[in-house]
Amino acid sequence: MKLKWTLLTFIFTIATVLTGCEPLLVLDPKGPQAATTADVIWLSIITMAFIVITVLVLLIIILVKYRASKQDDDYEPPHIEGNPIVEGIIVGIPILIVIFLSIVSVVSTYQVETVPEGYEDQEPLVIYASSSNWKWHFSYPEQDIETVNYVFIPTDRSVQFKLYSHGPITSFWVPQLAGQKYAMADMVTTINLAAESAGEFMGRNANFSGEGFAENTFNVIAMPQDEFDTWVDDIHATADPLTEDIFNELLEPGHLGQLAFTGTHLEFSPPPEGEHGGHNHGSSDDTEQSEDEHDDSEHDHH
Amino acid sequence: MKIDHSQPLEYSTHKNEMNILGFWIFLGAEIMLFATLFTSYFIYENRFGNGPSGAEIFEITPVLIETVVLLTSSFTIGLAINAMRLNRPKAMLWFLGITLLLGATFLSVEIYEFVHYYHVGATLQTSAFTGILLTTLGTHGAHVTFGLFWGIAIFLQVKKHGLNPETANKSFNYSLYWHFLDVMWIFIFSFIYLKGMM
Amino acid sequence: MEFFERFAIPHPDPMIYASMVAIVLVSIAIVAGLTYFKKWGYLWNEWLTTTDHKRIGIMYLISALVMLFRGGADAVMMRLQLSSPEMEFLNAQHYNEVFTTHGVVMIFFMAMPFVIGLMNYVVPLQIGARDVAFPRLNALSFWLFFAGAMLFNISFVIGGSPDAGWTNYFPLASNEFSQSVGVNYYMWALQISGIGTLMTGINFVVTIFKMRAPGMKLMKMPMFTWSALITNVIIVFAFPVLTVALLMGTFDRQFGTSFFATGNGGMDMYWANLFWVWGHPEVYILILPAFGIYSEIISTFSQRNLYGYKSMVASMVLISLLSFFVWVHHFFTMGQGALTNSIFSITTMAIAIPTGIKIFNWLLTMWKGKIRFTVPMLYSVAFIPLFTVGGVTGVMLAMASADYQYHNTMFLVAHFHNTIIPGVVYAMLAGLTYWWPKMFGFILNERIGKWAFWFNVVGFVLAFFPMYITGLDGQARRMYTYSESTGFTPLNMLSFVGAGLMAIAFILIAYNIFYSIKNSPRNVGDDPWNARSLEWATHNPVPEYNFAIEPEVNSSEAFWDHKKKKHTLFKGKIDKIHMPNNSGIPIIMAGILFVFGFSFVFSIWPAVIIAAIAFFACMMYSSFENDQGRYISADEVKETEEKFGGASK
Repeated sequence: MKLKWTLLTFIFTIATVLTGCEPLLVLDPKGPQAATTADVIWLSIITMAFIVITVLVLLIIILVKYRASKQDDDYEPPHIEGNPIVEGIIVGIPILIVIFLSIVSVVSTYQVETVPEGYEDQEPLVIYASSSNWKWHFSYPEQDIETVNYVFIPTDRSVQFKLYSHGPITSFWVPQLAGQKYAMADMVTTINLAAESAGEFMGRNANFSGEGFAENTFNVIAMPQDEFDTWVDDIHATADPLTEDIFNELLEPGHLGQLAFTGTHLEFSPPPEGEHGGHNHGSSDDTEQSEDEHDDSEHDHH
Repeated sequence: MKIDHSQPLEYSTHKNEMNILGFWIFLGAEIMLFATLFTSYFIYENRFGNGPSGAEIFEITPVLIETVVLLTSSFTIGLAINAMRLNRPKAMLWFLGITLLLGATFLSVEIYEFVHYYHVGATLQTSAFTGILLTTLGTHGAHVTFGLFWGIAIFLQVKKHGLNPETANKSFNYSLYWHFLDVMWIFIFSFIYLKGMM
Repeated sequence: MEFFERFAIPHPDPMIYASMVAIVLVSIAIVAGLTYFKKWGYLWNEWLTTTDHKRIGIMYLISALVMLFRGGADAVMMRLQLSSPEMEFLNAQHYNEVFTTHGVVMIFFMAMPFVIGLMNYVVPLQIGARDVAFPRLNALSFWLFFAGAMLFNISFVIGGSPDAGWTNYFPLASNEFSQSVGVNYYMWALQISGIGTLMTGINFVVTIFKMRAPGMKLMKMPMFTWSALITNVIIVFAFPVLTVALLMGTFDRQFGTSFFATGNGGMDMYWANLFWVWGHPEVYILILPAFGIYSEIISTFSQRNLYGYKSMVASMVLISLLSFFVWVHHFFTMGQGALTNSIFSITTMAIAIPTGIKIFNWLLTMWKGKIRFTVPMLYSVAFIPLFTVGGVTGVMLAMASADYQYHNTMFLVAHFHNTIIPGVVYAMLAGLTYWWPKMFGFILNERIGKWAFWFNVVGFVLAFFPMYITGLDGQARRMYTYSESTGFTPLNMLSFVGAGLMAIAFILIAYNIFYSIKNSPRNVGDDPWNARSLEWATHNPVPEYNFAIEPEVNSSEAFWDHKKKKHTLFKGKIDKIHMPNNSGIPIIMAGILFVFGFSFVFSIWPAVIIAAIAFFACMMYSSFENDQGRYISADEVKETEEKFGGASK
């Protein structure tokens, strides 16, 4: 048995050394949302380490103390059905731990689903991030520009990513800024985040989406607001306009480098929200406009 | 095989008891199957894309005929089992035969209904809604079809061997199956047709 | 020729051609060997047509071991591909096919038959029954599983493997994004074996409810039987969901419906929902029997009764109920909002409570015991801390906010392997070793077994613990390559080393079987482990009829009472015994379904229709067949019992 525990210690030492050089991305947050999840993760690791160590210590004591080689040949282990107090403890303690973690989980989930704390009164910068095989398209409706495979955001500002997909389900993930959210073809999902220090962050699609999945990454570059504004002006001055034809070409399966355009694809290829959403399509509580559509489709059939 | 005469024939051996319990559990699984289909139906109910909605394609007449016919057949299979309990194989065969005829009638009307859907442009491919509608109805219809063949097999066996623990047991399980299909149809009638037409 | 083009491999590779040649050669060798040694008759009469639960169990176990090696080879290939950055061993398409196959094979064709195989062998013996409730249906279940497994396994040489992951999410799995017939194979292989599993579920629930020995009340059943009962109830309620999901998936791919499509009213997320409504209970279908096995083994080798029997049963019932209400935790990131996620986060964490109770009960079973470190016990002892790690990381994943960071990463991969390997795989290895003398009358070599154990445990820790770290460092799962700048290299290399050690462990286990067949002493007696439950009250290996006299029982440890408390197990005298006849119908029906599935995969409609008609003709034939079984005469039973050294000891 000793061998195993020596090995385990050994491995953990290696792991710590290996990772000691650079902090793990998820545990090295650069914004309030990722900081929340990192805190939750640390808290849960500590709680869970307590449980694991308890079980391990109990197990080792029992194994050492009650192994057959240490006992008399004629020792007959007793028949024990159970004991209400002991069973109360082994039920009670897990319940307390689960209640504690449930509260943490619920509170933090609400936190990361809404606008980060301290940014509530700001108007968020809205960016549509849509995935296609195997690229990310970032549309800035307000700034009227679009980028591919990289996204600039201002620091210390609430940013709202609106996610959807032009193909398979993908998952938008910038570990140092926030957790994941799926991008799907028939609805728009939302991530609220903020970056609190300037820098370049790794972003990727985390959900398997076919052959080019491994390289389906993008860069997030966070910078102060004035630099961001300069960048937007630069794009307007230098980039070509995005037309429907160009956009359809971009959608072809494959990989592309980083590109920038003026205008967004949202005008000619609207995201699946509101009247274009799969959810609302033809449902009874529709907006007036799709009531009309509904009528049209009736006409088509008669 | 020990035969326990204090029990009805279909329960009279240990084997028979196990068959019936097993069949109930099978019906439990079938309920899960249909429950999943119904859930899926509710999910897709309003997602008819560019295709027609339920209200546009449902026709009350064939549905009513199907309902009446199937409910009646559930009654006649009950009478058949009653006749079996009274040990009157002839009467039982009559009722079983009527049940099968009613089942065949149901199926013919359902085929008519499907042809109608095809003509108004509601096929499997039209939309997710028509797809799940036809899949759910089709699954029920396939169960009825299977039930018809099974019923014929039981009819022939009872005719040949008379009523013994084995044939009685099969007939009893068959009646459970048939009642089950009827119950599923009541769900289909209420939650697909009535709800859709309202 | 056009007809045959559809069978070509869409993404050929020298390795696949080599496998084709190997498959053909092995098949020829098997056929030639059987013919040369004149074993066709033996194979057909004794095995292929058998309705004996013990032989069916053994056939399940053999299939599971073979599939373990198939899935294991896939695993080693994946670890090799990721062992260093920019590796060029597999390309993206092949990597995708390999991990898809690995997942499907390990869950459906390794873990499931392993669990069901042990249940088949052990449950009737533990409840003192002569067979299962429906022996022929049992054979059909096995052959349907087998047909499904074969159908899945030929995909990579005929037509192409599925490549959309074992979860097969749409729209990635739709025709648009997965163009080969691979996913069709997935649908039909799972459908056919799933129907077999469903029938197993019905069969065992009836067996356990209706065929227990006199005196064995429900609360006096051995723990493995309890776990089997609950597992089979879950099967009955969970598998129909899979049936419908697969049917809808097949329709989408082959009949042009749009259930999971992105337009036309379809909803891609609905597949994920259906899949996990079945998929999460499936996890407990695998783990609960494992819990049962550990309970038996820990109690036996601690020489103590199982602590907290009632709470063990209650916690399993609770787990089975909760298992149907947690599926959303597989996609917290789908954007269903904080409220839904919070609810499912709490239900998921609640499962930790009954599981925790079980862990402590096992510890308390060893407390004041007399612990012998045999191979089965070693696996059980290693299971406790390793599974605890797997369990607590599960709780970490259940915290929705943190899951946004773990989801789809190697952290998740580490977690579920950390539950499935020490949980299910170790349990199966432990159970196999523990019941091996019951099946074959000799013990597997302990020394080789212990070596294999250490390779397994060390390999496991090396292979999977680093993934927790790389996951937190941003390594997504299912990536076929990564660049050096990510810094994932050393830990992935470590994983590969661990995978190599595990491969050695499994080779040692296979070697141990051959070694022990040749060298192990055959006179181990009927009770080699000093065991406690009823299956050890009959002979090793078990005679065809299981028990010469129906045992009478008054506790969950009937055999222990018999040994220690002078409880008389066998009252009455030997009488003739009713046995089911062999039948060729199950294997023929499964063969027909195989043809049906294969033709359906390739949309060869005439063959599909003919196979369907043939299948129903078989059912009709069965219905009209008058099979009353046969009797083993009292004299013959007595004779057999004499051979084992005296009737009813």
